[in-house]
Amino acid sequence: MNNTKYMNPYLAGFFLGLLLLVTIFITGRGLGASGAFKSAIVAAVETAAPVHASDTKYYVEYMGEHDGSPLKNWLVFEVIGVIAGAFISGLVSNRLKFTLDKSGRTTTKVRIIGALLGGLLFGFGSQLARGCTSGAALSGMAVLSAGGIITMLAIFGGAYMFAYFFRKLWI
Amino acid sequence: MAPLVPDIISNEFNFVIAILIGIAFGYILEQAGFSSSKKLVGLFYGYDFTVLRVFFTAGITAMMGVIGLAHYGLLDLNIIYVNPTFLRSAIVGGLIMGLGFVIGGFCPGTSICAASIGKIDAMIFVAGIIPGVYLFAEGYPYLEHFYMADAWGYVTLFQVMGISQGLMAFLMIFAAVAAFVVTTFVEKRVNGKANPEFLPAKKYFALAGAAVLIGLTAFALPERQSYVMANAEVNENINTTAAKKISADELAFRIMNDINSFRIYDLRTKEEFTKLSLPNSENIQLNYFFGKDAAKNLKKDNVINIIISLREDESIKANYIAAENGYNEMYILQGGLQGFNDSIINFTSPRIPQTRWERDTYSFREAAKTKIPGIIENFKKQNRSETKKTKRIIGGC
Repeated sequence: MNNTKYMNPYLAGFFLGLLLLVTIFITGRGLGASGAFKSAIVAAVETAAPVHASDTKYYVEYMGEHDGSPLKNWLVFEVIGVIAGAFISGLVSNRLKFTLDKSGRTTTKVRIIGALLGGLLFGFGSQLARGCTSGAALSGMAVLSAGGIITMLAIFGGAYMFAYFFRKLWI
Repeated sequence: MAPLVPDIISNEFNFVIAILIGIAFGYILEQAGFSSSKKLVGLFYGYDFTVLRVFFTAGITAMMGVIGLAHYGLLDLNIIYVNPTFLRSAIVGGLIMGLGFVIGGFCPGTSICAASIGKIDAMIFVAGIIPGVYLFAEGYPYLEHFYMADAWGYVTLFQVMGISQGLMAFLMIFAAVAAFVVTTFVEKRVNGKANPEFLPAKKYFALAGAAVLIGLTAFALPERQSYVMANAEVNENINTTAAKKISADELAFRIMNDINSFRIYDLRTKEEFTKLSLPNSENIQLNYFFGKDAAKNLKKDNVINIIISLREDESIKANYIAAENGYNEMYILQGGLQGFNDSIINFTSPRIPQTRWERDTYSFREAAKTKIPGIIENFKKQNRSETKKTKRIIGGC
């Protein structure tokens, strides 16, 4: 079975665009990802250190803006769906496998450190910019939001700017 | 009219929708190849532009869909979430994410996807996001000033640039198509061979031609809102819609005796409205009837909806627009608010009443004249008359 064949990118983009349109049509909001992490962290801090949460501004503001448990959030449910959807896709296309993707020129250790550091930066950056590639860049582009498009340009512009310095990680 | 949440689809059921949308989202991302970090970063080194193709195709598809639905009056753009703009944090946050992208090889959505099919590097990336967000939360007091700087509000890029929505959309599509063409050449050079998937190119030209034809229909079918508004300016169109009128006396009677039996939609300017407004009134503009709030408010049982303006003709125009949007049971205030002021609020008996009818009417108006200003004052105190502000849906990450 050919298990590396991906969908035509333009077709996949068209489907993704339609999905985003349906999402906006039904819910009035776009897709997202990093927001679910934020909810999870607020929930974790609330449970583990309620005193700390109640006197730290960030958590207090979050709770002020949202009703009920921080986990009862649209993006949390959406991300649960993403996990299931990606798993189904992996199953269908025969791609379910524990592997660590890396370029042949880097060691496993370097890839692990890179992934961890990259996640950390992305987590921090997405909070600062009020959204990540999905929530700010893609959804922002659909509604032509100034902030969303600026963030999109900064993400891709930044990546091109820094790409040279990290080329050994990939090529 | 969309969005369907919360009126047609409840907030609770919306969570079920969220899971379904998530499943589709995850499925598409994985099928597109976004579960491979090597494929994702390929775009920054020129060997694989899959991400750019998927991303920009999705972006312009959704953008055109949003504009199209709004054009035909199916989606209320005043309600949907537009990411707010805070210039400095948008740029710096984006640059930090860009750095994270080339170091880590994923973004949050794609890392979740990849982790779901067993990519260990993606699981580590996900594990990295958590302390990243936590760091921001704990450092928030120091970052807040920067985070809130240069707040522009919920603006769109075309508003900032001072161009039309259509031109903006055209520029986006142009940029996307140019990027598709250029990156295909770059990819060919870097890899030393063309990607066989995109041949023959004829297929793509045919699809693009079809899209252009669909786009041209927008010229044949003008935007609904402008069309109706323009018609409302032409007198002959309006006279065909007979407006139901309520007299100043009846309104005065309802204000005094049956305050919950009506709701007023006041077309005057905000200044005039704040200075003096009748009980149960809401300050609106002519485009109100195209929005989602109208659908919610104008269909209540046992309440009559009255359009008022300073003079009657402005109300007649609004009534026409309301009728065009399916609100046929509207009333307009006869003589406008000017008439109401003359015959009730500032009533002076024109002469000694000659007939019984005149005597009853005059005494009713005298009573109303003394009572109604008090009722208006009371309402003002309870703050029940309001200037309407459309609430946006809260979204984003």
